[in-house]
Amino acid sequence: MSETLLTINNLHKTFGEKVVLDDISLEVHKGEVIVVIGPSGCGKSTFLRCINALEDIQGGEVLLDGEKVRKDAKNISQMRQRIGMVFQSYDLFPHKTVLQNITLAPIKVQKRDKKDAEKEALELLKKVGLEDRGNDYPRQLSGGQKQRVAIVRALCMHPEILLLDEITAALDPEMVREVLDVVLNLAKQGSTMLIVTHEMAFARAIADRVIFLENGVIVEESANPEEFFEKPETERAAKFLKTFEFERE
Amino acid sequence: MHDLLIALQAFYEEYGVLLLEGIRDTLYMTLLSTFFGYIIGLPMGIVLTLTDKEGISPNRIIYTILDVIINITRSIPFLILLILLVPVTKALVGKSYGSTATIVPLTVAAAPLIARMVESSLKEVNKGVIEAATSMGASKFRIIINVLLGEAKTSLVVGTTIVLGTVLGYSAMAGVVGGGGLGDIAIRYGYYRFETGITLITVIFIVAIVQILQGLGMLVAKKSDHRRT
Repeated sequence: MSETLLTINNLHKTFGEKVVLDDISLEVHKGEVIVVIGPSGCGKSTFLRCINALEDIQGGEVLLDGEKVRKDAKNISQMRQRIGMVFQSYDLFPHKTVLQNITLAPIKVQKRDKKDAEKEALELLKKVGLEDRGNDYPRQLSGGQKQRVAIVRALCMHPEILLLDEITAALDPEMVREVLDVVLNLAKQGSTMLIVTHEMAFARAIADRVIFLENGVIVEESANPEEFFEKPETERAAKFLKTFEFERE
Repeated sequence: MHDLLIALQAFYEEYGVLLLEGIRDTLYMTLLSTFFGYIIGLPMGIVLTLTDKEGISPNRIIYTILDVIINITRSIPFLILLILLVPVTKALVGKSYGSTATIVPLTVAAAPLIARMVESSLKEVNKGVIEAATSMGASKFRIIINVLLGEAKTSLVVGTTIVLGTVLGYSAMAGVVGGGGLGDIAIRYGYYRFETGITLITVIFIVAIVQILQGLGMLVAKKSDHRRT
């Protein structure tokens, strides 16, 4: 097994009285793609948001390369730069062009040369088929194009790991494909990713490991996605997967 | 026709310089007070946004203190504020009448209004966009400069035009106590000397100035808005 990149030890997260994540532990290795699935409200998104400290946690720890990720730590900016995140609602800056959206953080946060950042942005845009949209504003793009730009924006920071939070949940079906193809390509190139999704076929195709989360606990974990999707070990996972199937009696 | 021209020329000779100076003084007071108002009000608005319970650095004590100060200042009618501030104005400018002196109470009246305008503009910025910036390691300072102010600029410009209109109105009110500008002329000539024509003309000028400022503001706002086609 390759080296461990991200370690989550006994993560505990509550919103007031409600326990959202209960004692979650996970190791992510370099180059590994982990897909987290589970019913709505099971804590999947919160789990991702705890990893880059967008949420504060009530117990446990998140370690990136052995270094603690903590919301109030001095080096939180550096840590977050190493953890890329893409959101369900794209969250592009509406008043900035595609190119400005992508290069803002590399230039302002990482203090990189503007020309270099733009050059890289254009190369990345080309890879996702949007090389001619650099000067457009987000409103001129379709949902799928916006999400591809958002992925490029995260990639341009050179993150060591990418967190994808239901990135196709807000898209029309025909646009889901173009976004997922981009993610599949990233997986082929060896990117480390932690993906929350409701696209089961995609999960099956891309995952090295599948985590089934329910009510804030890991109910089932499988290093063999084929097997998991065919014959899950737990009844709860089976019941959940069943909701994606349709049969006419 | 000829008579009318002569009458106009006579009017211009008598009041022309006075009215032009009035316009100049009105603009001088309005623009400078708004400028100083922003120097105080913009940071206040930013702090209000940051320290709000939904903001990026929630702080109930700071928010409440600013909130109360702004509400108190905003609820004092301008004419009364102007009189209340006479000692302050005298200390700062050396006298309490004339257009330069009027800038002091105008600024004090404009700042809380501006703080509220800025606060409401910044709160319009989508939370997700702020979160995206945070996830890329942007500091709070970066988020204020590049995300909050950058993304709210259209709304901020619209706010500025509203502020300019309001401050101009206040500046005319200051005419009652010798504040200078068009309002002052309207009071001295129109009210005390019953020259209704002068009052009407100052009103026309004030309306025209407001229209021009409003038009310019909307033009800038439209240019800076990339959310719609």
